[in-house]
Amino acid sequence: MQEEIIISGFGGQGTLFAGQVLAYAAMDADFHVTWIPSYGPEMRGGKARCTVIISDQEIGSPLVRRPSAAIVMNIPSFEAFEPMVKPGGLLVVNQSLIPRRSERDDIRVLYVPATELATEMGNARVANMICLGALTKALGVLPLEALEQALDHHLAERHRKWLPLNKEALRKGAEFAL
Amino acid sequence: MAKELWEGNAAIAEAAVRAGVEAFFGYPITPQTEILEHLSHRLPELGRVFLQAESEVASINMVYGAACAGARVMTSSSSPGISLMQEGFSYIACSEVPAVIINVMRGGPGLGNVAPSQGDYFQAVKMAGHGDFHPIVLAPGNIQEAIDLTVLAFDLADKYRTIAMVLADGSLGQMMEPAEMPPMRPVRKPEERPAWALTGAKGRKPNIITSLYLVEEELEKVNLRLQAKLREIAANEVRWKEYSTEDAELLIVAFGTVGRVCQTVVREAREKGLKAGLLRPITVWPFPSARIAELARQVRGILVVEMNAGQMVEDVRLAVEGRCPVRFYGRMGGIIPLPDEILPKLEELHQETR
Repeated sequence: MQEEIIISGFGGQGTLFAGQVLAYAAMDADFHVTWIPSYGPEMRGGKARCTVIISDQEIGSPLVRRPSAAIVMNIPSFEAFEPMVKPGGLLVVNQSLIPRRSERDDIRVLYVPATELATEMGNARVANMICLGALTKALGVLPLEALEQALDHHLAERHRKWLPLNKEALRKGAEFAL
Repeated sequence: MAKELWEGNAAIAEAAVRAGVEAFFGYPITPQTEILEHLSHRLPELGRVFLQAESEVASINMVYGAACAGARVMTSSSSPGISLMQEGFSYIACSEVPAVIINVMRGGPGLGNVAPSQGDYFQAVKMAGHGDFHPIVLAPGNIQEAIDLTVLAFDLADKYRTIAMVLADGSLGQMMEPAEMPPMRPVRKPEERPAWALTGAKGRKPNIITSLYLVEEELEKVNLRLQAKLREIAANEVRWKEYSTEDAELLIVAFGTVGRVCQTVVREAREKGLKAGLLRPITVWPFPSARIAELARQVRGILVVEMNAGQMVEDVRLAVEGRCPVRFYGRMGGIIPLPDEILPKLEELHQETR
């Protein structure tokens, strides 16, 4: 088993953090895992992307050209990665900011109004967790509880007041993958 | 100790702490600034020295000074900063004091960019500074190795009174992977400083540490001693890893980040029926020449893959001595070659040598 997941959006949408939560959960479940960000002279509002690979064997390349799954949080990310998802793969689209439909019939696409739902829940910044909940449920490699435990164990102290909302967001997202 | 998810730069920094580093002198530069970030709070917290100098030139000379005093000392930088330090490397090498250098390579030449590269291979293994010397150069391919080789760098630097360099790249510095930290070693006590160190000369003859020898015969004697030491290092400290080489007919040689990328290439090649193997040098100086020469008798051809214009490939060719074809594939500018572009090169080599 190997899943290669790209999480992409603009800076401030929490794509890197969502990838870390996934990586922590995979590590805690004894999978091999790598997390690698796109980095460089970036700014808030610029592109922000990470690649997470989860595998049951030692991971060679930490980067892939064609991921088996992707979360796209904004239009440039949709344009970049919708064509690249491997046939049979999974695409999670933040429908709130991406008024597009995929024309591909060889991948599974989940349209999640993540930013709107997150705003309704009280903080637009948990849109990342909504998308991550949808992805995790659809992939079926890790139970949702593994992500909740990863948040419990690894969320920084100063952010712990947001723990319940983040967990609620994961569960909300998972509803879109039923 | 349990595995934790470590970012490469922070992992290297914490590994140095565990290895008993007493002082760090450095200057920030992407993509390795997180090393300084981590040490800037960690070392003072432990009562050790962290100092952000005014430049790389100042940093390396502070390292030189602390090393002369017998302290476990290190610096870290990225490509352009390492170039600035080279005069100091040469002085340290001639003075025979131990120091650990971390180079988290970025795209070059020039100011280049902050993306991962292996363009400093020649600089590290061939010409780390003026004069006849080589540092020991360790090239991690994953974060556990980055930790283990940082600790090893301190031990080898001490053992041989030499520079030990950890040659990583930007992606290794920035990525995260589960890894285990070694236990914390105690910091060396002042009375445990080596006998050659400059510790005040109270009740003993003064020690002299210098890299200035104005009499030709004396400098030649120093050089002969350095060369003898380098031969000893070459005989004892060569390290590498092999994957699927037992029955390999095609061999990839690659180090660091692209070395691990080639693990995937070997796996995919095997799925296609190609008997491929990988040799990943862990020490790039000393270089695993003898083992590569041995494998050159076994395989039909060798593909060297690097994130540069073709540097380590020269050492592979020197080792192979024409026993089999050696081909090269590389990307520059801070681009990591991916399996889907390397595998066709291996298939070409297969066609060429069948």
